[in-house]
This record gives sequence, structure tokens and C-alpha cells, in this order.
Amino acid sequence: MLIHYELRITQKMKSYKEMPIGGIIDKPGSSKDYKTGSWRVQNPVRDTEKCTNCLFCFNFCPEGAWKIKNGKISHVDLDYCKGCGICEKICPVKVIKMEREFRRGLKNQD
Amino acid sequence: MNIKKTIKALSGCGAAAYAMRQINPDVVSAYPITPQTPIIEEFAQFVADGVVDTEMISVESEHSALSAAVGASASGARAMTATCSAGFALMWEILGVASGMRLPIVMHVANRALSGPINIHCDHSDSMGGRDLGWIQIYSEDAQEAYENTFLAVRLSEHPEIMLPAMVMQDGFITGHAVVNVEVLPDSVVQKFVGEYKLKYSLLDIKNPVTLGPLELPDSYFETAKQREDAILKAKEKYLEIGRDLSNITGRNYPLFEIYEGKTKEKFEDSEMVIIALNSTAGTAKAVVDELRSKGKKVGLLKPRLFRPFPYEEIANALASVPKIAVLDRSYSFGGNAPLYGEVKNAVYDLSSNSKPQLQSYVFGLGGRDIFERDIKQAFDDLERNSFSRQIRHLNLHE
Repeated sequence: MLIHYELRITQKMKSYKEMPIGGIIDKPGSSKDYKTGSWRVQNPVRDTEKCTNCLFCFNFCPEGAWKIKNGKISHVDLDYCKGCGICEKICPVKVIKMEREFRRGLKNQD
Repeated sequence: MNIKKTIKALSGCGAAAYAMRQINPDVVSAYPITPQTPIIEEFAQFVADGVVDTEMISVESEHSALSAAVGASASGARAMTATCSAGFALMWEILGVASGMRLPIVMHVANRALSGPINIHCDHSDSMGGRDLGWIQIYSEDAQEAYENTFLAVRLSEHPEIMLPAMVMQDGFITGHAVVNVEVLPDSVVQKFVGEYKLKYSLLDIKNPVTLGPLELPDSYFETAKQREDAILKAKEKYLEIGRDLSNITGRNYPLFEIYEGKTKEKFEDSEMVIIALNSTAGTAKAVVDELRSKGKKVGLLKPRLFRPFPYEEIANALASVPKIAVLDRSYSFGGNAPLYGEVKNAVYDLSSNSKPQLQSYVFGLGGRDIFERDIKQAFDDLERNSFSRQIRHLNLHE
């Protein structure tokens, strides 16, 4: 079982001469650049047929990884899902299962 | 320049408060601790009297005092505070935060011994204990220096290439509470000298939202720290530059350290024995130098003013011609070289072996134990007799 650590997947680290001083993050929304999906060891898998679209998973996800389209759950954003399992715990109809992940890659699940 | 100067009877703390009043900072957040209290009490009186525009925040601890100053400074406000001893210790965590976030806060430290045991009197263990945190450190011999170092510190800390907090030290009680003549400048001259605080990034700039004080993982903390080191090293030349500006106004000089051989000089001319001491003890030592010189002894004093960044090269060059040196520390670095001694020894290590002086470390005055002229004479005496030891010697210790 391999676990990869991928910090700062999308950014090449800057020299100390190029960074803003004092650790300042000088633009808003930079957390989007940090793909916390790399922290995940278990994937949320949803039974799309049995899902009642109550939107509990969407509401309780601390990451905002579950996405909505036309009032229904569309997918989970695997770039950011940390695999915490809150959605599995909270789902009232138990259609979400956390599956052990073996690094299939950070692709969005349809 | 013809500037009207007034002489006022001020204590060291009073001079610091007077300087703060003239600077008119946006925010002062402070907690009282003897012997810093008159700084904040007198300043609070200015606030109550409406002679400053400062928002004064009476906080619940020194940790909060500096935290409030950090928040204020990060929002584009000029923030100042004051503390010493256990208060300094209590804000230790935030000292690193202020420096790490590159905020130009100026703090007065009325040097007082750290606990334990509890002691309210002067020694340098507080500011020496914080010498590694990336704050600019300036020591003051008397109230006049404490007054003027405040202005230097504000300009220096806010310099766009530096952006680091600065602390101005003076001996608690000894300098802080003793009333002397202080030559003060007009308010407008000070205002012009310190100018306005311009922050590049501000928490209140909603058009350019930034995050200040975030987490940095092992992938970037090191780089941020290197920036901080580079910045504090720059402070040495900027200190001299700003000092020259201030000289034009006051007529006094602001060197990295003062050389005294009967009078202040640019370099040692004939001293065979030199004492190195900070703050008020340097004043006492000057009197001893005068007396011994009148007896024909070739003695001198080196009084460091800028301690961080430490001017290793300049001090080494200044001491190259002096064969025997006693370094007087008003604090231990328990288990290691006393702070000032350690720095001087480091500095002279790079001198060639035929110009490397002999050094003797002395510790004195801990917990406010007085140091008298006879104690300083004792040190000069030891040097004269070529009595050196690898052990720390003590002055006025009950041995």
C-alpha cells in the first residue's frame, strides 16, 4: 500500500527573494491552490440511485467538497475532499460509504 | 539648523513618555510592570488630557499588550508599548510573532531582572533573554539617549527595507526613575522626523485583501526566516543613516557604539585597557575613565548602543588596537558566555593573532546590585595586573 505526499502540487516553491515578506499571503482565495485532496486515505462513494438529495452531505462537509447542480448532489470534488467521513456518518439514508483509497489519482468522480 | 530646544526635568521613563507623546502613535496597548510603569502612566495622562490622538488600550496582560499592538500594527496603525522583566517574558511568544510578521512596533524596555527569585530592580536578563527574536535592540545610557533612541527606533523599524520591531532599553529605576535634564525637541520637529506610518499590506485595506500571520509549513518557513535575517542585518547601515538625519536636528551623534577616552572619540587612540559596558553603567565607567586618565592611566570605555544587529566587524576594528579588555555584563547566560562578552569574543575572533586582545568576562549588578566606581576600578586593576581568567569574574558579589 503506497501513500504519496503531495504538498503544493500546483505550485513551484519560490526563492526567499521572491516571496512576500513575513509569510504574508498577498492575494485572496489562495487556499484554492492547495489541493488538500492529497491528504485523503479514504474516498466517499455515493450510491446515486438511492440518494434522496437531502443535501446533508453538502451542508456538513467541512471542506465544501460535495457539489450541487440543479438542486441535486452532483459529485464530490476529489481535489479537496480530505476523506474525513463526516458525510458517511451524517447521511440519513446511509448511501455514502468511505472506501479505502489506493491513490488512483486526483480525478473528479462523476 | 536652528531648532529651539527646551530643557525639561524628566526621568528616563518620563523622557520615554514625552517622546511617545510627540510621536503621537495611533495605538498604545500596555500593562503596568515596575519599573516601566511611569512610562505608561505618564502617557495615559497625556491621553486623558487629550494632548494625543492615541487609542490607549489597557489590556489584561503583557501577552495581550503585544498582541493588541500586533493587530493594530497589521492594520496600518503605529503601535507602541513598554514592558520589562516578567512582562517581557510573558510576551515572549508574541515578540517572535511581531518580528516574524515584520511589524514595526516600538517598545520601551526599562531593564529589570527576570524572575525567579522575584526582583524589581535593574539587570539586563530581560532584553538579553530576547536577543534572538529578530527585534532591533538599542541600549540607552541615560534619559537623553532613551528620548532620542525612541525616534531612531520608529524610523528604523518602519524603514521599508527593514520592517522589523525595535526595542529601546534603559536601566530600570536607575535611568528610568532618576530625574535629569533632558533637552527636548519641538513637537513639530519630531512629527516631521518620524513621518507617517505607511504599511504595504494592511488588514483594513479591503480593496487588496491579504492574510497576515498565516501558517507556514516546512516548505516555506525557512525562506521567511531568511528574509527576516537579511532585514535585520540591513538595520545596521540604516541605523547610521537615520542617525545622521537625527544628528542634523539634535547636534548629537548616534554611532553603533560610543568610544570614550576622557571624551567621546571616533576610535581608541591610546587605550591599553578598555571596559565594555551597556546602559547606565557606561556612565559610571566614564567617570572612572576620567579619574584614571587624570592619573596617567591609558584607559577607555566602549559603550555599545546598537546590540541587534550586532556590529561584529566594527567592534573588532575598534578593539584591534587595545590589548586588554574587560566586558561587563549585567546578566548571565547561564551555562554559557555572558551575552555581551560572548558577542565581543565572537567579534575579536576574526582579528589576526597579533592584534587579538585579551578578554575578561565580568558579571555585575544582577537584581539591581549596585555597581560603584570602585568596582569598575577593580576591573581596570585586574587588567593592569594582567590578571585574566577563563571563569566569569564578578563585581560587588558577596563572595
